[in-house]
Amino acid sequence: MASESTPPLIEFHQVAKVYGQGTATMRALDGIDLSVRAGEFVAMMGPSGSGKSTCLNILGSLDTPSEGSYRFEGVPVERLSRDQRALLRRQFLGFIFQGFNLLNRTSALENVELPLIYRKMPARVRHEKAMAALTAVGLAKWAHHAPGELSGGQQQRVAIARALVGQPRVLMADEPTGNLDSVRSREIAAMLKDFNRRQGITIVMVTHEPEMAAYADRQIHFQDGRITSNGHHGKKR
Amino acid sequence: MLWETFLLAQRTIRRNALRSTLTILGIVIGVAAVITMVTLGSGATAKVTSDISSLGTNTLHVRPGQGMRGPGGARTSADQFTIEDADAIASNVAGLAAVAPTATASSQAIHGSANWSTAVTGASNTFFQVQSWSIAQGRVFSAGELKAGKAVCLLGQTVWEELFGVVSPLGQTIRLGKISFKVIGTLQEKGQSSFGTDQDDIVVIPLRTLQRRIRGDTDVGTILVAVADGVATTSVQGHIENLMRERRGIRPDQDDDFHVRDMKELIDTLTGTTTVLTALLSAVAGVSLLVGGIGIMNIMLVSVTERTREIGTRLAIGALEREVLMQFLVESVVLSTFGGVIGIALGLCAAGLGSYFIGVPFVFKPGIVAASFLFSAAVGVVFGYVPARKAARLNPIEALRYE
Repeated sequence: MASESTPPLIEFHQVAKVYGQGTATMRALDGIDLSVRAGEFVAMMGPSGSGKSTCLNILGSLDTPSEGSYRFEGVPVERLSRDQRALLRRQFLGFIFQGFNLLNRTSALENVELPLIYRKMPARVRHEKAMAALTAVGLAKWAHHAPGELSGGQQQRVAIARALVGQPRVLMADEPTGNLDSVRSREIAAMLKDFNRRQGITIVMVTHEPEMAAYADRQIHFQDGRITSNGHHGKKR
Repeated sequence: MLWETFLLAQRTIRRNALRSTLTILGIVIGVAAVITMVTLGSGATAKVTSDISSLGTNTLHVRPGQGMRGPGGARTSADQFTIEDADAIASNVAGLAAVAPTATASSQAIHGSANWSTAVTGASNTFFQVQSWSIAQGRVFSAGELKAGKAVCLLGQTVWEELFGVVSPLGQTIRLGKISFKVIGTLQEKGQSSFGTDQDDIVVIPLRTLQRRIRGDTDVGTILVAVADGVATTSVQGHIENLMRERRGIRPDQDDDFHVRDMKELIDTLTGTTTVLTALLSAVAGVSLLVGGIGIMNIMLVSVTERTREIGTRLAIGALEREVLMQFLVESVVLSTFGGVIGIALGLCAAGLGSYFIGVPFVFKPGIVAASFLFSAAVGVVFGYVPARKAARLNPIEALRYE
């Protein structure tokens, strides 16, 4: 579990994201400070357009800040090249998305293997690790089924297995239960919480459902590109 | 990693089997056309070469007039040669195997009710030697017959069949114009020449007989000269030219009013024609390869758009720009080389069939097969690059959300 004394894994200092040019600019993020410690489970909340997704994209190094600095384990991410950021994601980050983003007509197992292929792992090691990850999300039996043959909840569990198979430092979750009913949502949230507790994986999750945010250790609220509250108000379960 | 990329590409292609097949059709047709054209062209060249070689590559044809010297050459009516010119060549030029002065006339050959229009060649026995033409039945001319200009003849296979059917013509009489000739022999079958004329459609009579009794002049149309083995035809050609200029009184500033043609030149001219024709047809086929390449580019662009979300996911997972580029480039190269391989197979089959029906030998050219393969791979690289770069440069955030 995170404690106040551990150094932050993620540190934002006055990060801003500006879209557009000249007078028609839009500040999607308006200079925010934020830090996430290793092992934390953080929920980012707020209405659409509040800046929470932009914040997650920058956290995930998919996007770069227009102003300010972002340090990941002390590394200034805003100075990395596109390929260096790709390598950062490859080694340290895992992603899950609202739309699952699994490859069609490719088996669950192969989907889970994908990050390991980019890490140049030999096929046999890849199979073993991917199988273990699928077992951990309770889908070992479905390893050879294509995403189209799985339910939404199962697909998101495959995506979680894919995100975690490379043992990342941080799991970035963008509305992971947005396409699921409440029963499946709770299953997914409980599963994330479980991985956070047992394996100490840091999770940053964007959601607009308070019920989901309640699983997190900490809730960060966004409004108009600024953080309105950054407290430890989350109910611990 | 490259192997993984290859497997991935191959799987993606198989998933869209119909579309992939249609995509590579252009390449298949292009490569097949090039292979067919080049193989048939080489076969035709080989046939022409072997046909002319069978006439004797060491034979020179000496004719009056300037011959085919290209446009602009004055075609004045030149003096004909005489039998003395041929004798002069035989006695003054070294390194000759035989000299055969000949003259021709066309005539109706008649036997009973059979009537056949044919070419009559007046020659001596050296004619058969120079043409390496052997006698099937009977005999060649006797010295007396040649000297006296007797009405005797040898028949080519075609004339024999037209006039006599299967009956032996030896000792029989045929009429050429108003004169009766006794058949003393027949010639071995030679078949068609590369110009498509029937070489067996011939009646050979003594040169003097033709000059006196048919043409009514002393002209020699062509002097055939067989060069001895191991002697360079070009040096002999030079000697003959000098000798003829001297005998015909041509001043140094004047052009020859005769020409000496080497059969090798003829081979070069004819094979040159087939080579140019082959190159032209291949160029047309090459255009269809280009069109095929554009087809591949089109489909790859569609594929990139369709798989935008997949690309976004790969980028999010940590794929480098060049890895995404390679993925799509390998896919288009696999597509195009696959088309190339099918095209090569099809082209060779078509060339095999074609050469069988046209009657030219099947000449397998490994060079053109290798070149076609490499070219189709290059088409994949060139036309796959733009779509692959488009994929690699996608913004991951937009790509992930793409619907």
